[in-house]
Amino acid sequence: MKGIKSRKIRLVVNGHIHELEVGIRPGQIKPSHTLAHTLRETLGLTGTKVSCDNGACGCCTVLMDNKAALSCMTLTVECDGKKITTIEGLKDPKTKDLDPLQQAFIDHTAFQCGFCTPGIIMSAKALLYENPSPTEEDVKEALSGNFCRCISHYQVVKAVMSASEEVR
Amino acid sequence: MANTYRYIGKATPRKDAIDIVTGGSRFLNDIKMPNMLYGKVLRSPHAHALIKRIDKSKAEQLKGVEAILTWEDVPDWRGGTPRSTRILDRKVRYVGDAVALIAATSEEIARQALGLIEVEYEVLPAVFEMEEALKPDAPQLYDEFHGNVVTPGVPFFGPKSLQDVVMGDVEKGFQEADVITEGTFGYENIPNPLPPEAPGAIALWEEPNKVTLWVSNQASYMDKITLFHVMGRKVEVRSIGGPCGGSYGSKFMSWQVQSYATLLSRATGKPVKLIFTKEEHLAAFTMRIASRMTARVGMKRDGTVTAVSGTWLIDTGYYSMTTQSQVAVGCGEVQIAVRCANWDLKPKIVCTNRNASGIVRGFGGQELKCSLIPLLSLAMERLEIDPFQFLKKNFVKPGDGYFWRDGIWYTYRGVDFSKAMEEGAKRFGWEEKWKGWLKPTAVEGTKRRGIGVGVHGNADIGEDASEAYVRLHPDGTAMLFSCVTEHGTGQRTNFVKMVAEVLQLPLDNVSITPSDSLINPYEFGPAGSRGTYAIGGAAIAAAEDAKRKLLELLAPKLQADPSELDTEDGVVFIKSRPEKKIPWKAMSIDRTITGYGRFEPDYTLSNCMMTFVEVEVDTETGKVTLQRVVNATDVGQVIDPPGLEGQLNGCLGSGGIDSALFEETILDRSSGHILNANMIDYKWRTFSELPPIDNVVFETPIPSHRFHAVGVGEIATSPGPAAVLMAVSNAIGVWLHEYPATPERVLKALGKVRPRDRKGGVA
Repeated sequence: MKGIKSRKIRLVVNGHIHELEVGIRPGQIKPSHTLAHTLRETLGLTGTKVSCDNGACGCCTVLMDNKAALSCMTLTVECDGKKITTIEGLKDPKTKDLDPLQQAFIDHTAFQCGFCTPGIIMSAKALLYENPSPTEEDVKEALSGNFCRCISHYQVVKAVMSASEEVR
Repeated sequence: MANTYRYIGKATPRKDAIDIVTGGSRFLNDIKMPNMLYGKVLRSPHAHALIKRIDKSKAEQLKGVEAILTWEDVPDWRGGTPRSTRILDRKVRYVGDAVALIAATSEEIARQALGLIEVEYEVLPAVFEMEEALKPDAPQLYDEFHGNVVTPGVPFFGPKSLQDVVMGDVEKGFQEADVITEGTFGYENIPNPLPPEAPGAIALWEEPNKVTLWVSNQASYMDKITLFHVMGRKVEVRSIGGPCGGSYGSKFMSWQVQSYATLLSRATGKPVKLIFTKEEHLAAFTMRIASRMTARVGMKRDGTVTAVSGTWLIDTGYYSMTTQSQVAVGCGEVQIAVRCANWDLKPKIVCTNRNASGIVRGFGGQELKCSLIPLLSLAMERLEIDPFQFLKKNFVKPGDGYFWRDGIWYTYRGVDFSKAMEEGAKRFGWEEKWKGWLKPTAVEGTKRRGIGVGVHGNADIGEDASEAYVRLHPDGTAMLFSCVTEHGTGQRTNFVKMVAEVLQLPLDNVSITPSDSLINPYEFGPAGSRGTYAIGGAAIAAAEDAKRKLLELLAPKLQADPSELDTEDGVVFIKSRPEKKIPWKAMSIDRTITGYGRFEPDYTLSNCMMTFVEVEVDTETGKVTLQRVVNATDVGQVIDPPGLEGQLNGCLGSGGIDSALFEETILDRSSGHILNANMIDYKWRTFSELPPIDNVVFETPIPSHRFHAVGVGEIATSPGPAAVLMAVSNAIGVWLHEYPATPERVLKALGKVRPRDRKGGVA
């Protein structure tokens, strides 16, 4: 693509800065790439899951500037300058301790097959950023876009409530 | 009774917990390999057609395309029972049938190439309705299945495999009845179990005849077995399972996608990953069977069922791999739930031009019962019999028997589940809420409440064989070799718990091998609810065998008889003098000890689940809201309390209770297209619509293995759907017999909207 100036975008993913070239050559970020694709295929962060690939199930939820975002419905080229947090980035970067929310999911066995769990944890994390002391109804509302087929819902609500209490 | 176990019955974190909550679990689509290609499937837009011509020249010229395969390029590998369905065929039999396979260097290129393949079809008449398919002049799907009736019987179940329920004398039974009711009842909304992770496979072919497959399956060893037969018994298959992102039965049979990946790898010499899109998952991967029963039942005033007679039609879609198995197990399960001396119930499996049905939790029994309980309810209504009392009375009791899937009569030797059922009824408040048939529990303005109850039991908790090894190491650790995958039940951890309990080792000192068929012995997998008793039985036996060998080896060093010894925390000691002890490393650091365990099938035990539901019906809008669920069961001994709770809460999803409320796959019965093959139009329950669920769990020791436990997870979905229809009927005061109870159907039942003719639609 002679004559076309390459453009770079800058993403801060889990605290690491990534400068990514936009273009159509292999290794570049195509304008059609979703954030989920870039995270999984370009950056190797496969903790973010894709299920419906259509914005319906919440499996691909990540945090963008601490707010929940559906990475399968977000184009990477639109994320220039954004701070992205994925499930891999929830651990304390220094101590490597699990986030209290992750620990609460373990303590309450708040998962079965675990495929939808990263998305559920990220949605719950976004809720706790916005509202550190949610009610059960708040939790259910915040997670209403997250599909889980095993029905881990009841244990998830308990886990999120217990994590929010720990935050308090 | 106090729990004296170290781990059994206690909540312990799952072995895979940290991986799950940190994104570290490597699901199938998270695996990447050098030189890996991506596969895609070109699918038929027609429900029934012959392929006249395929031109792949344009697609082949696309840079990055490495293989395009059509029916002319592939060997005659066949799936189905009997083997009748080719991987790629000259004929397509449903909208979505595979026409060509593509491997390319990226998914994008593969997708682009799909659009460049030109196919000319000769469109054939199609059939989407069982009754139509059975007519003499109906379009024929296969030469092998005359009249579209699939050959009955399951060779794997033995020469007498159960094909119907026939016993006693139904005419005599009807003469003894106080009431006879009859009719046609269906459960035909073909819900999709819809695990979040789509089906897929990665294959790596090695010449001349070997393939390694990375699979997502609840029973990965069986992929090796199934594919061996599909591939003409000429290919050596190694299957490697990993975490499975939900299955609910469905991924037990993934032979098509696995064959696609294998053929593409064989054609290119490179690893090929092929993952279905969600649309393919919903429209081209298996869903529930459709069930329709036309039958008569006779009943006495005391709730004794005197006769059941009729036909059970099963729509399997365009092929059957396991439907005969589901019929066999369903026929067994119906005898467990409905005690009756006189039966003449004849199933017939029909193929039609829609996507295939396959395994889903409930496995035939849920589908049959969803049709039978409404018919029994009509008789109960006439005799004013309380359905809770009826189901309790008629569920299998010790000393009763049933013909199981192999056609052999078994006498049930388990526990009486009546106490658990009664406690469930008490917790639910059944007695106070039950006002009689077609009577609401409460009415408030336009809102009417109603209750219902259902039951299910399955003797597959001891089905099929399992094998395991347990290897002891001198450092005081043990490893369980079992080809069981983790599909959400937590059973991989539970088997480790069982081994740790037998060997009295810290949980952290017991590990489990990857579910690789190369290193592990035979394992049928956690199908049905067989994990706890069957797989657990093999793991326990292997641990006991290893322990016996350990004690025999170390006995001379302690100058004692092996029978005087025991072990705990990697130390062997004399039971009467615990201070006389030696560590495992006394076995010598250049030694390991391996125990072997095998579980032999046992059909003399059943599990049980009774589900009570309360619904609220808005008679203005027709909306049905699930208000409350109580599940009651007896599991003998809980292995892992939170894991069990999760399984029981699973009653709502995966084509369970919600398949009576709003879940359905909508098939356009004029074109064969599935109209809701996406997760917006396919309805599922959200977090904001959770009814309270109470799980009543009894622990009456059951004579299974040393922990007296049986599994129950599979059947959580099964009693609920029939209970919901019963509850809705009671709430609105008229019978509703169609699944799901959508607002439209409720309003139709109430006479508020005019019936709409659904051409060839449900019963």
